Amino acid sequence: MGLTRDEVAKVSLLARLRFSDEELDTLTTQMGQVVEYIRQLEEVDTESVQPMAHVADIHNVLVDDVPRPSLDREDALANAPKRDDECYRVPAVLGD
Amino acid sequence: MSDKPYEIIIGLEVHVQLQTQSKLFCRCSTMFGQAPNTQTCPVCIGMPGALPVMNRRAFELGLKTAVALNLDIPKFTKWDRKNYFYPDLPKGYQISQFDLPMSQNGWLDISDPKGGFEPKRVRITRAHLEDDAGKSMHDEAAGKSDSRIDLNRTGTPLLEIVSEPDLRSPQEAKAYLTELRLLLTYLGVSDCNMQEGSLRVDGNLNLHINTPEGQVATPIAEVKNMNSFRAVERAMAYEAERQYEVWCENKIKLGDSPGGHKTTRGWDDGRQVTVKQREKEESSDYRYFPDPDLLPVIVKPDEVEQVRAELGELPAAMRTRLETTHGIDPYDSDVIVNQGRELVAYYEELATSTRDGRRASNWVQQDVLRTLNEQETSISEFSISATALAELLKSIQAGDVDNTRAKDVFDEMVRSGMSAGDAMAALGIEKVDESEAEGLCRELLEANPKVVEDLKAGKTKAVGSLIGQAKKRNPNVNPGQFKDMCLKIVEGM
Repeated sequence: MGLTRDEVAKVSLLARLRFSDEELDTLTTQMGQVVEYIRQLEEVDTESVQPMAHVADIHNVLVDDVPRPSLDREDALANAPKRDDECYRVPAVLGD
Repeated sequence: MSDKPYEIIIGLEVHVQLQTQSKLFCRCSTMFGQAPNTQTCPVCIGMPGALPVMNRRAFELGLKTAVALNLDIPKFTKWDRKNYFYPDLPKGYQISQFDLPMSQNGWLDISDPKGGFEPKRVRITRAHLEDDAGKSMHDEAAGKSDSRIDLNRTGTPLLEIVSEPDLRSPQEAKAYLTELRLLLTYLGVSDCNMQEGSLRVDGNLNLHINTPEGQVATPIAEVKNMNSFRAVERAMAYEAERQYEVWCENKIKLGDSPGGHKTTRGWDDGRQVTVKQREKEESSDYRYFPDPDLLPVIVKPDEVEQVRAELGELPAAMRTRLETTHGIDPYDSDVIVNQGRELVAYYEELATSTRDGRRASNWVQQDVLRTLNEQETSISEFSISATALAELLKSIQAGDVDNTRAKDVFDEMVRSGMSAGDAMAALGIEKVDESEAEGLCRELLEANPKVVEDLKAGKTKAVGSLIGQAKKRNPNVNPGQFKDMCLKIVEGM
């Protein structure tokens, strides 16, 4: 009992990944195997174990609110597939 | 309240930008209005390997707000990744809080001194700390079909304040927002500037409709893009009407399939309508998981108590105190307190030194606020100090000047910057000597036997015509005193 094809299709849509029917079949099998593998952890008795939010046993790491210089705009935009003098350019965003 | 066969159910989500110098997880400046993409770094534009670190000030401001909103502060809080793709979200996820927010289960009291609705306690589900997205601007110039992305705002600290669906009308929704904004302003945690996006509101609305078969609920709509509290009020009113019309037509209930799930709609301010944007994602679609780059925060109970002790007096308590200490009505205390701490301080100084809270309240609400509006200035920059205005009010109390002429004195003080005494002298206002006033009184009574007759018959209004004549002879005559004197003389006749 791994994952259904519909589940994989839904996750791929949320991840904005487009697959052919064949790829979806392959991924359903492969991802199912991953889920099954991880599922072995369910065999561990966690009855008396506190859930943890982080592997490092430290907390309250905060820094003072003091601004520091930002990236140069040219550097910030350097990797953009499409840009102009000031902004990243992307295909039109509709709605909100 | 309503002759409609339904009840309106509204819950509001408010995003408020916290007033920090730097962003929530990096040290880029949060200053508004800078050139696009000049305030970003590897952390806020989501470069691989960059590590976020929590801004202490942002957390403190969030905590302060949470305590003021009567929210419980759990001992342990953590941050999660909310995953979705959008061009203004370079990381591919928002750092938010899912199952262990920094605060939950609070409330805010709202009321309407004009009596538009019953006072009500609005429950607040939670307030949590998250980072903001960037800004996308659609560029239709030059026939280009691109959107331009400015990431300066990306990573600015936001507090998301979520109310329970306790609001029952667009008016209550507006009152909740007004009171919340006032509280945030008193706390100094945000400038709440809606034009600059420091305060944003989403409204969730549906209807409970009474039918012969019992009560049914309509599908919930989340309304976005409301750029003012007035827009919220109108959008909520429109959406209620719309949902009722749709229900009458198709009878689709909340949870029905198809058509009964939550949708997102946008408010079109130009057309004054809401427009469907998209089907709302399920929470699971965001695939929340704990952000491994951030560490949890533990807040000790004595730290919460420390914050509570340092809150200062908040609007609700202040209104009650002004009413009991200075004897003014809830309507008046509401107007004064809603103008902010500085005006309250001004009013209190005036009320205390004149020992007349009502008179002080009238002058502050009418003349001071009118002048501030005209000059487009704030009380801190107002040229007449509370001490200077108190001098004028004391002159009224002493009978040196009547209320109507005192308005002229006030205008003269505003115009010339003179003290009350100097302004009165400049306008030739001086107290009319008692014997002189009496002489004038007798003279006018003698010349107007008809008035004397009326007065003797108990028609005290008749004295009005004499006041007019007296004012013409000597503009400094105090109408109140003149009237009393006439009545006294007639009595002795």
